[in-house]
Amino acid sequence: MGARRVAAVAGTLSAALVLAGCGGGSGGDSAAQGTKSRGPITFVTGKDNSGVLPFIAKTWNKAHPDEKVTIKQQSDQADQQLSDLEQHFQAKDPGYDVVTVDVVWTAEFAARGWIIPLTGDYALDTGKLLPATVTSATYNGKLVAAPYGSDGGLLYYRTDLVSKAPTTWDELIDDCAGKTTKGTITGPKPGCYAGQFAKYEGLTVNAAEAINATGGAIVGKDGRSATVDSPESAKGLDFLVKGFKDGYIPKEALGFQETQSLNAFESGQLMFLRNWPYAVAILDGKGSKVAGKYGVAPLPGPSGHGASTLGGHNLGISAYSRHKATALDFLKFIESDTVQRNNLTVGTLAPVLTSMYSDPELTKKFTYLPDLLKSIQTAVPRPITPFYPGVTEAIETNTYAALQGRTSTEKALKDMQAAIKSATAGG
Amino acid sequence: MTVAGHVERRAGENPPGGPRRTRTRRGATRPREARRAYLLIAPALLLLALVVGYPIVKAVHQSFLTDPGLDKATGMFDEGNNWFGLHNYTHWLLQQCASPDGGYTSCPSGALGSQFWSSVGVTVGFTVVAVALETVIGMGFALTMHRAFRGRALVRVAILIPWAIPTAVTSKLWQVMFDPQGVINKLLGTHYAWTSSLWPARSAIVIADTWKTTPFIALLILAGLQNIPAETYEAAKIDGANAWRRFTSVTLPLVKPALAVAVVFRALDTLRMYDLPQILTGGSNGTTTSSILVVDQLTRGANSASALSTLTFVLIFVIAFGLVRLLNANLFGAQAKAVR
Repeated sequence: MGARRVAAVAGTLSAALVLAGCGGGSGGDSAAQGTKSRGPITFVTGKDNSGVLPFIAKTWNKAHPDEKVTIKQQSDQADQQLSDLEQHFQAKDPGYDVVTVDVVWTAEFAARGWIIPLTGDYALDTGKLLPATVTSATYNGKLVAAPYGSDGGLLYYRTDLVSKAPTTWDELIDDCAGKTTKGTITGPKPGCYAGQFAKYEGLTVNAAEAINATGGAIVGKDGRSATVDSPESAKGLDFLVKGFKDGYIPKEALGFQETQSLNAFESGQLMFLRNWPYAVAILDGKGSKVAGKYGVAPLPGPSGHGASTLGGHNLGISAYSRHKATALDFLKFIESDTVQRNNLTVGTLAPVLTSMYSDPELTKKFTYLPDLLKSIQTAVPRPITPFYPGVTEAIETNTYAALQGRTSTEKALKDMQAAIKSATAGG
Repeated sequence: MTVAGHVERRAGENPPGGPRRTRTRRGATRPREARRAYLLIAPALLLLALVVGYPIVKAVHQSFLTDPGLDKATGMFDEGNNWFGLHNYTHWLLQQCASPDGGYTSCPSGALGSQFWSSVGVTVGFTVVAVALETVIGMGFALTMHRAFRGRALVRVAILIPWAIPTAVTSKLWQVMFDPQGVINKLLGTHYAWTSSLWPARSAIVIADTWKTTPFIALLILAGLQNIPAETYEAAKIDGANAWRRFTSVTLPLVKPALAVAVVFRALDTLRMYDLPQILTGGSNGTTTSSILVVDQLTRGANSASALSTLTFVLIFVIAFGLVRLLNANLFGAQAKAVR
């Protein structure tokens, strides 16, 4: 057994060396094709729920009549978008030139050689962008994608029930005590606070926020080694675990994804909600019971404001694209003032340009922009690792068990640490 | 243990369809004709081998190869596909996961590798409970529909509706009904978070699956019932058998072939169940079936997923084979030989 394992490892190593010898493994040679070539491109992105794509296509095509962009919309489900991209990249499809990748897929796509590093001929100026978004698009010390839209968590609260937004967890819990049965919090079991606690990617986001707020860290500075098993992390995770135990988080929240949690807040069953900025458009919309009765604030933490998890999307250039020069110009176009402004005004997508957040015209219309900037500036990215699927599974599974009370906080973190270690070792 | 516990096997009892025929060897032809016959079906056989055989052989071959590994120096994945022997299998069966020092440790909670046996348990559990329920309720429906009563045609159509709805739609429907604020809690006056706690979530899936597929079993049994000549019942009545006795001694043995086919088909279906739990609970709260695990693993490493799907295939094959033997199911139209 031992000897065979050694042989297997040696085989893998020697194969890797051979590969490295002939041009740096996968993607090395394909990146060379299409360096200077221009022509029509296809931009692949998730379903356009915010209606910003027509503007992008129209503006680009007007300026580049010989290099028109075709937009392919995938479904609106993140996991389906991911598997669609995986299938096309595995087939080395040249028909996908520019692809939208969630911040957490970026590292894996780069490591598989599917998207090309934006260095040398493909260098992209990142000076005007929010630093956190640049970090999320960087793998192995190289920029591998262009930040397209950012996202940070915000606290939505009921202005008709509390005089001011809680800045600490203790304040939030005090607000919850005794107030949930007064006012307009109704329903069979009035809830107070909720985020996204179903067992899916959103739980990783919420757990990371709680853990980072108390000074815990899921992975170390190198972005690889697991450091989650610490007293700080336990204190952070306990905010959520105690929430279910003491009842300031309703039991139903174990089934909440973004939509369900937003519905609960919108129908007046919650006093506080952690959600993304997109919720504003819906809470102000028709049929909302809380329109005009809610406010937006940065997330609370153990002492003062907490830490948001960084969300958002990046755009990468496919290694198999035949028109990479055009694709690079398209990336620069996406980072332009025009596009970023339209993304915000039409689609309420959080811009990646720092200047937008202090633009008087925009802050007048979108009053939450300063809070969102604070949220994104202090945001902690989820682990940047090519083994992200395994890492997030480790976080989700063990957090969920702790929230359900099936295991203790300490045991959950211990298991989480072991599972992250195993996942980043190749599973 | 029988899945459908009320199907008894009486040794020495002739299966329905009259006395057992000895199969005449119709293949006793002259050698030249036989050769020509083989020549004529060769293209079809070749096509079958390609369409059916190739994917299976490829999947099994892949399961002995490594998945892409990360080259720490460049930060890039290699191609993988080196010979790996049985490691992909030991990973799942013995739940060994890679550890940072290059060796193996037992898979921690939260690693997919630690979920193999629990997913097998969940899959088999769903199959046993759901198929048993579906068989009993389906039998009831079939007996009801077999009766002549006013509005029978309407009942038959109504009973088919759940089976006609696509599973994805069914799953969404039940998800809405099982919502904490949903209609099921309102009716029962309970506050269960159906899809976010262990046993309620499992029950929800069994309930939804039973609702959906009982009509299928009912119709197959009904087809069997309608083949039973009315004279047998009359004769039984004259012999003084009461209703229960008529059911156990006439109906059950005579409907058994149809019942066995229905049970085997349903068991196969349930063992492969993917869409219902994936949509209803996302596989959380102890509802991860083998198929869900295979799909989860696919995004992380296709070769390890091949090993997993091969294991799942073997598991389903063994269970199905056991059921066929147990129920003496007549799946292929020929009389199955009773094994004595």
